[in-house]
Amino acid sequence: MSQPATMFEKIWRRHVVVDRQDGYTLLYVDRHILHDGSFFAFERLKQVGQKVRRPERSFGTPDHYVPTDTRNVAAISDDRQRLLVTSMARHGAETGVTVFDVGDRRQGIVHVMGPEQGITLPGLTMVCGDSHTSTHGALGALAFGIGSSEVTHVLATQSLWQRKPKSMRITVDGQLGFGITGKDVILAIIAKMGAAGAVGHVIEYAGSAIRALSMEGRLTVCNMSIEGGAKAGMIAPDDTTYEYVRGRQFAPKGAAWDAALNQWRSLPSDDGATFDRELSLAGADIAPMVTWGTSPEDAAPITARIPEPSSAPDIAKREGIERALAYQGLTPGTPIDGIKIDRVFIGSCTNSRIEDLREAAKVVKGRKAAVPSWVVPGSGIIKEQAEAEGLDRIFEDAGIEWRHAGCSMCIGVNGETGKPGERIASTSNRNFVGRQGRGVRTHLVSPAMAAAAAVTGTFTDVRKLLPN
Amino acid sequence: MQPFTTWKAVAVPLGMPNIDTDQIIPGRYLGVTREQQKEGMFRDMRCNEDGSPKPDFIMNKPAYNGAGVVVAERNFGCGSSREQAVTVMLDNGYRVFIAPSFGDIFANNCYQNGCVPAVLPEARVNELLRFLLELPGAEISVDLASQTVTGPDGKTDSFAIDSFRKDCLLKGQDDISLTLSYDKDIAAFESRQKAEVAWL
Repeated sequence: MSQPATMFEKIWRRHVVVDRQDGYTLLYVDRHILHDGSFFAFERLKQVGQKVRRPERSFGTPDHYVPTDTRNVAAISDDRQRLLVTSMARHGAETGVTVFDVGDRRQGIVHVMGPEQGITLPGLTMVCGDSHTSTHGALGALAFGIGSSEVTHVLATQSLWQRKPKSMRITVDGQLGFGITGKDVILAIIAKMGAAGAVGHVIEYAGSAIRALSMEGRLTVCNMSIEGGAKAGMIAPDDTTYEYVRGRQFAPKGAAWDAALNQWRSLPSDDGATFDRELSLAGADIAPMVTWGTSPEDAAPITARIPEPSSAPDIAKREGIERALAYQGLTPGTPIDGIKIDRVFIGSCTNSRIEDLREAAKVVKGRKAAVPSWVVPGSGIIKEQAEAEGLDRIFEDAGIEWRHAGCSMCIGVNGETGKPGERIASTSNRNFVGRQGRGVRTHLVSPAMAAAAAVTGTFTDVRKLLPN
Repeated sequence: MQPFTTWKAVAVPLGMPNIDTDQIIPGRYLGVTREQQKEGMFRDMRCNEDGSPKPDFIMNKPAYNGAGVVVAERNFGCGSSREQAVTVMLDNGYRVFIAPSFGDIFANNCYQNGCVPAVLPEARVNELLRFLLELPGAEISVDLASQTVTGPDGKTDSFAIDSFRKDCLLKGQDDISLTLSYDKDIAAFESRQKAEVAWL
């Protein structure tokens, strides 16, 4: 009888190409995802004289640099931006990599597109030149972000040199309260463990509150693993996962589906498997969360007040809070509920899926936006589905802009940024200084909380606005 | 990739935790050419909106001119996977980063570009940060073969580095050329996987 193993351990073992004596492993990459920012990696591949080893294992879609106000790529006025957006399709044509280009309904944010197309599957190893690749772990895959040189390496060799990370289990038990989403869960986790809390670890999220989350909620939780410093985040596959995957374009079908399902059922961590670290939270204690500072760890319940620097345990922490509040233009002791905002962004690989848009629409319905607000769906397919459900009408009737799929204002490299000094309620993943534009103040929230902020013009406890 | 053996340079103290790669190079510099990226290093901390330098930012103080080492608090280089965060530092003369911990992807990107992310205990990092503020322009040296960092106080600390990464850095060896020597193993894995996971 072999030792009980974690899910991470099982997937790792099944992908070892070579184990070197020095502790390094050449790990096979099952599926590789690319985006318009992967331009540099393709160029480097040419420079080093290599070809794509397994083009059928790579899938690309432009997302970072695409405009979300139009699908007319030719109209992009910036030459460099247009080059980056159009190069994805060109690199696909040159190398045989499958690309969903602008205009294809499957185009969208890489971490939305992968699961949506059935490219992301349980038990796979997956990488992408983007830190939020941890998203795909929600289906029980081992997925992590890499740099541009490593993208070139994967294109050339379909493998990657890795030292085995440590494992960590985060258990959230109990029932989440009314109006609480996956976003609130992950923000509460990061607030508890810190932005460096899981450095060097692969997280497995477990517990009844995690199991009860929809696929969309799980994707949101795993997406922000990197904001806690983790190498990857994963959730064991179960019936929720299988129902989500079944029938998608690149998922196995027929007899192959049965064979795959049989293998996937052996993936979850064995009883008695041990983790290097454990952390637990009570699901019932989690409130709608809002970040107040400039790191995702600076998160607090909507019912809290902006922290007092004097309450910090040491000088370094006190200075950190002072610096963050100076940038954010906030006064210690102010109740978070009621702080005025200037703008709302609903979108990003964290929160642009159909369920996110439904949750936002539920709050917006019959109300008007008090500040300029955008909804940017995660893919062309989600856009179509939302329109079929009439969600676009709810947003537009409220005066909220309904846009095309892309990363948009989460990172702003396509030029879609806020103005200096603006305070943005954002469903994205990073509240870093200048992330959404120079001098912009970002506050991370769930789609429902962003919608509540949009219709009231202030941070508002969404539980007061939701129909019971 | 340029081999890394030893390095001695003026060290800049960045006494903050969680310095993310968006600070090291803001998003708007990611799509431009590498030459144009050079001015993006710590752009918004270093410069006002009109491009004039902020005199209070430590990298702008004359004593730190020509610096080639950064000392920072925990979780340096966290956040976005942008490799430009390493290459922009390299192109501005930096090859060594010292902190109690690093963002995983930033550290990997260092190895791909001939840079050393050296982890030292928090207490020693805090000591170095103090020295560098008290003695602006002081130098730190690193010897990769012996895995040591020598501070301006003459005190030497050793740091851990995987022997795989150390060998590649010392030789200036690119990962791809190394991996191609394992081509048979990759092919063997692929045929094994084809049999066991036929549905993929």
